[in-house]
Amino acid sequence: MAKLTNEFILGKLKEKFGDGIILSVGISRNVAPLRGQLSIAVERSAIVDVCKFLRDDPDLQFNYLSDLCGADLKNFSEGGPLGDDRAYRKAYLAVDRSNLPEIVPDEERFRVIYILTSFSNKYKIRLVVTIDGTKPICPSITSIYPAANWAEREAFDMYGIVFEGHPDLRRIYMPEDFEYYPLRKEFPLMGIPGSIPLPPK
Amino acid sequence: MGINRSNQSEGFITTRLDALMSWSLKNSLWPMPLGISCCAIEMMAFAGPRFDVARFGAEVFRFSPRQSDLLIVAGTTTYKMARVVRKIYDQMPDPKWVVSMGVCASTGGMYRSYPVVQGIDQFVPVDVYVAGCPPRPDSLLKALMEIQKKVEAGKTQIEERGKVFVG
Repeated sequence: MAKLTNEFILGKLKEKFGDGIILSVGISRNVAPLRGQLSIAVERSAIVDVCKFLRDDPDLQFNYLSDLCGADLKNFSEGGPLGDDRAYRKAYLAVDRSNLPEIVPDEERFRVIYILTSFSNKYKIRLVVTIDGTKPICPSITSIYPAANWAEREAFDMYGIVFEGHPDLRRIYMPEDFEYYPLRKEFPLMGIPGSIPLPPK
Repeated sequence: MGINRSNQSEGFITTRLDALMSWSLKNSLWPMPLGISCCAIEMMAFAGPRFDVARFGAEVFRFSPRQSDLLIVAGTTTYKMARVVRKIYDQMPDPKWVVSMGVCASTGGMYRSYPVVQGIDQFVPVDVYVAGCPPRPDSLLKALMEIQKKVEAGKTQIEERGKVFVG
């Protein structure tokens, strides 16, 4: 089997799906290539079809979902999430943010990132889907990769991204009656006091 | 314990029942190992042949709280786990003692974040706190000896026992 290349995978995807679905490659905001690994921004509604194609195509055979995770891109203007913690504030302000994007609009607030592996080709690619922050809904790929089950539950637990079509979308880490999404940027590091009751002494 | 001179040849000793009870209890504490993270490895070393907790009579680790009188909370206690820890504590028969092993159980340790309880003494009474991340088995032996002192003093009520820090 010929060795896979980024260009070959991209050509196959473009040929199958076209520019309306394969949105951008390695250049858009935060979808940067990492160590030559291909990053593809995919239209949200088509992610299931794209995954199915990548898995089933005999030339590609991306038969393994390495990882699926969420990301919150919300960035605050100075002083937003910093609170009263001086050390944290100092560390936050020390980071050079000149190359970071402008304030991310709410419609592009979340990302879901898929890392697919092809064992037969020894190749990895990254798919990125943008999620609307006001209505965080994403199609579930558990029908393609059963391994996505718990990873999607984790993303739901931490970011509140609802995966449509997931067979059992419950919280996976936090207690089921917990009301917040702890990895969202506005959630304070030490939590909301009293949100998880302790047993009485 | 005292020796009754008149009965010495017969091999009698006299003592208070309380003192006898405390003495026997002290030398056969049955720990409930609540190894909920990495401190449990050191707790295993503490039970193993090198440090050998059998020298102190506490080698009978029971995995049922109903047969134990010493709860060793060895590890990071999350809010989700706190309910379980409290339930296990409640299931242990009186009198009972609690060792908070390691900084995570004692104060939250390096996990200064939303899921971790910043000290198990917020929901169970703790007798001995052991410092370290994780503590050496020696420290846990020291904690056991501190518990033995408390048992010997015969104070079984939580309120009158006080707290001891080891490490």
